[in-house]
Amino acid sequence: MDFELMINSFPKLINATFITLKLLIASLIFGLFIGLFFAILRLNKNLIINKFAYVYSYVFRGTPLLVQIFIIYFGLGQIEYLRSTALWIILKEPYWCAIIAFSLNTGAYTSEILRSAFQTIKPGMIEAGQSLGISSKIIFYKIQIPIAIRQSLPAYGNEIILMMKGTSLASTVTLMDLTGVAKYIISTTFKPIEVFIVAGGIYLFMTFIIHNVVKFLEKKYSY
Amino acid sequence: MELLSFGKTGWGDELLIATMMTIAVSITAMLIGFLFALIFTPLKLSKSKFLNLIGNCYTTVIRGVPELLVIYLFFFGGSGAVMYVASIFGYNEYIEINAFITGSFAIGIISGAYSTEVFRGAIQSIDKGQFEASKVLGLKKPVHFFKVIMPQMLRLAIPNLSNVWQITLKDTSLISVTGLVEIMRQSYIAAGSTRDPLFFYSFAAVLYLLLTYLSMKLINKLEVRYSRGY
Repeated sequence: MDFELMINSFPKLINATFITLKLLIASLIFGLFIGLFFAILRLNKNLIINKFAYVYSYVFRGTPLLVQIFIIYFGLGQIEYLRSTALWIILKEPYWCAIIAFSLNTGAYTSEILRSAFQTIKPGMIEAGQSLGISSKIIFYKIQIPIAIRQSLPAYGNEIILMMKGTSLASTVTLMDLTGVAKYIISTTFKPIEVFIVAGGIYLFMTFIIHNVVKFLEKKYSY
Repeated sequence: MELLSFGKTGWGDELLIATMMTIAVSITAMLIGFLFALIFTPLKLSKSKFLNLIGNCYTTVIRGVPELLVIYLFFFGGSGAVMYVASIFGYNEYIEINAFITGSFAIGIISGAYSTEVFRGAIQSIDKGQFEASKVLGLKKPVHFFKVIMPQMLRLAIPNLSNVWQITLKDTSLISVTGLVEIMRQSYIAAGSTRDPLFFYSFAAVLYLLLTYLSMKLINKLEVRYSRGY
């Protein structure tokens, strides 16, 4: 055990943790909107719109996140047309490519979580709203969404933790996040166990925090 | 389409072999995972607090740490650990472990943690009366486990195990960082030499989709088989 290495690598790994957190928070926020959008599409009665949302979530849940990042980072740059548009400013940065891939991926999972949450809402609640003469828009925003959020909290908590682990793949597209820096230190010092303990400890600590925050929210919003 | 032809000019045969490799790694990893689950599920269910703690540590740490980090640990630390064990037995030569074994072991440990949780949940949701009944009938321990608990446990576990299989299958893409030539690595090589990453990575995505789709079909059949009588 090389304790000196562990202590020395700690500040470097903590710095890298901020990149991991930035990636996580950005992709969770975008992912939530994408997920909500596709969940609403899934509830649509139009078969084409419904199928489109289903295919989206099936493709993104059926392929590894690594493939998705590689398609966006290495693949999209190949299209000549894209390079001439303003989009290229975003797509040439590995940071934004990673966020796009993570958001689309977590969006697919989130849409499934929210869809099942919407479907478990008792029809009586919506009927009660209708018989009170509340417009369907307000029923959706004030009744369906709050209940769906409460229903999906436990599953969404798991998704946050999965996404946190997913951000480690950013290191494959040259980003120096927590895993990227850990790999760099391992490959220069050849002391994998020490670095794994420190980096793994930081990840576990984040998992612990997320787990407890979600548990707290579950309790707060239970009915 | 020319790129996918078989023979020297196309990548079809290479990608086919790579797909076989992905399947082989996934199955090996899944089986190693079952071995780990076989050890850790009893620990998690045992009444001793100490054994409980060991079981919980395993599942919490593995499920809370990114897969890639675990793979790096095995990739860089695997041969060192084996050499250390070998040196205790007086063997001091350099030992190189091949990427297949390192990779499937790393993925196996990860899938083992998920399998452990699935088996624990399944055993816990079996009706207590079943345990008591087999005790009252005086069944021997192996008979009790294989004829009473196991069939009921499998019925409950198979839907969740299919999720673990999907996770394991997708995790194998991460082994490409160790240089094992599976779908992802082969696409990387092909994309590099043809300068056509969009096509090859999209094709890799299609291959993974095909694998997950086909395995889902197969597992659904298993599910029907094990829920006979319900």
